[in-house]
Amino acid sequence: MHHLPAEPPAFFNRGPSPLARLAFFGLLSIGLLVADARFGYLEGIRHVAAIVLAPLQRAARIPGEALAAVGTFFASQRALATENDELRRRLLTQGPAAQGYVAAQAESARLRALLDVRSRYENAATAVRVLYAGRDPFSQKLFVDRGADSKLAPGEAVIDADGVVGQVTRVLPTMAEVTLITDKDHAVPVKVERSGVRSVLFGVGAGRPPELRFMPPQADIQVGDVLVTSGLDGTYPAGLAVAKVTALERDTGQMFARIQAVPLAGVDRSEHLLVLARSAALPPRPEPADDDPAVRKSGKGRGKR
Amino acid sequence: MALPNTSSFSPAGPEEILRPVKPWFIVLTLVLALVANLVPLDGMALALRPDFLALVLLYWCIQEPRFVGVGVAWTMGLAMDVGDATLLGQHALAYAVLAYAAEYFRRRVLRFPLWQQAAQVAVLLVLTALIVLLVRFVGGAAMPRWTYAAPPLVGALLWPLVSVLLQWPQRPSRSAATR
Repeated sequence: MHHLPAEPPAFFNRGPSPLARLAFFGLLSIGLLVADARFGYLEGIRHVAAIVLAPLQRAARIPGEALAAVGTFFASQRALATENDELRRRLLTQGPAAQGYVAAQAESARLRALLDVRSRYENAATAVRVLYAGRDPFSQKLFVDRGADSKLAPGEAVIDADGVVGQVTRVLPTMAEVTLITDKDHAVPVKVERSGVRSVLFGVGAGRPPELRFMPPQADIQVGDVLVTSGLDGTYPAGLAVAKVTALERDTGQMFARIQAVPLAGVDRSEHLLVLARSAALPPRPEPADDDPAVRKSGKGRGKR
Repeated sequence: MALPNTSSFSPAGPEEILRPVKPWFIVLTLVLALVANLVPLDGMALALRPDFLALVLLYWCIQEPRFVGVGVAWTMGLAMDVGDATLLGQHALAYAVLAYAAEYFRRRVLRFPLWQQAAQVAVLLVLTALIVLLVRFVGGAAMPRWTYAAPPLVGALLWPLVSVLLQWPQRPSRSAATR
């Protein structure tokens, strides 16, 4: 022993024994886990705890931001000039498309009015910046710098310049959590741009490309096809680019083809993202019947975790 | 605070009598470890980052079981869960088990020299990581990549440094030694 023992002999009463404490806290943890995982009851507690923890998280970001600020200050003149040129060129090439877009939109609105079709509302969009990636190795999430203060709501689609990145899953007072399309619990309804075949793109976790499940082997899809959102779920607006098919296995002995698609957006690489507000033109969801087994199994509707 | 009476960066020998620990120091180190855990990192750095909070909790559970026990570890685990935006209770459970194991093995761990303590600490940290993994498996997560095993080992490598650093304020000061 190199210092005087700190604990008294065992016959003093020090409260419950460590094993009793472990049993109590262990059961409490399991109760919390079940409540959080199955029923999602704890969002309120988590919200309050997140507010309390916010100063510490802000403090934890300071070293990274200081380093980034120093790095930006010392960015070379040549790198900045090259980037500037590239952005100007991209803006120029997209110019004609952008100018034609306004005219095309006006014409399509006129045509829709003629055909008496309900018009689509313009989605408001919020530009956000990625703060950091989620630390949990079991899920793919990003944290962005706007939250309830910018009127973000859970379920809104998040895109970058090249395609769909994910969905807002949790909104904190000054930050929001975005689940990426590569997350294991995430699915995007897509359709093949070329042939119109509709399917759903499921994420499979870190480092592996998402896959299209439940496609019959004879479906009209090829390697190189671009997948766009079909807009059927009401979460992602239709027509946004999602992924490009890279691998296709049509084993006619299997019931479904195995199709892998690499996301087009810089899913975990982008820094600037756009959050699309929900379209106001959607009809409200019909109330499920009380004896619907899906309602009974999942408890309150809480969307993605 | 006065400098300790030692020229080499090593733990206190058996002949030194340490000063009592100050509670605010324990709180400060726990909060700093929590902040260090929350620092955003990317890529390889994130894959290898040790769990600083588990390491500091383990040190205090071994050295000062009166102040830091299962309850404190559970609360810090809950704070980690909120900060990491994971399931509430997974780190809490893991840290509570860690604190219990630390209390159970503390006399055995203290008998060994620092580097052999690090080996035993590695086992305890791997146990913590396994509990988190088990909880996520039951919840339906996929198998993580092999780099999931790296943070406990890096943490165990840091154990000697953390041990000496956290014991630093308790070493007798030079002015006391020259009296």
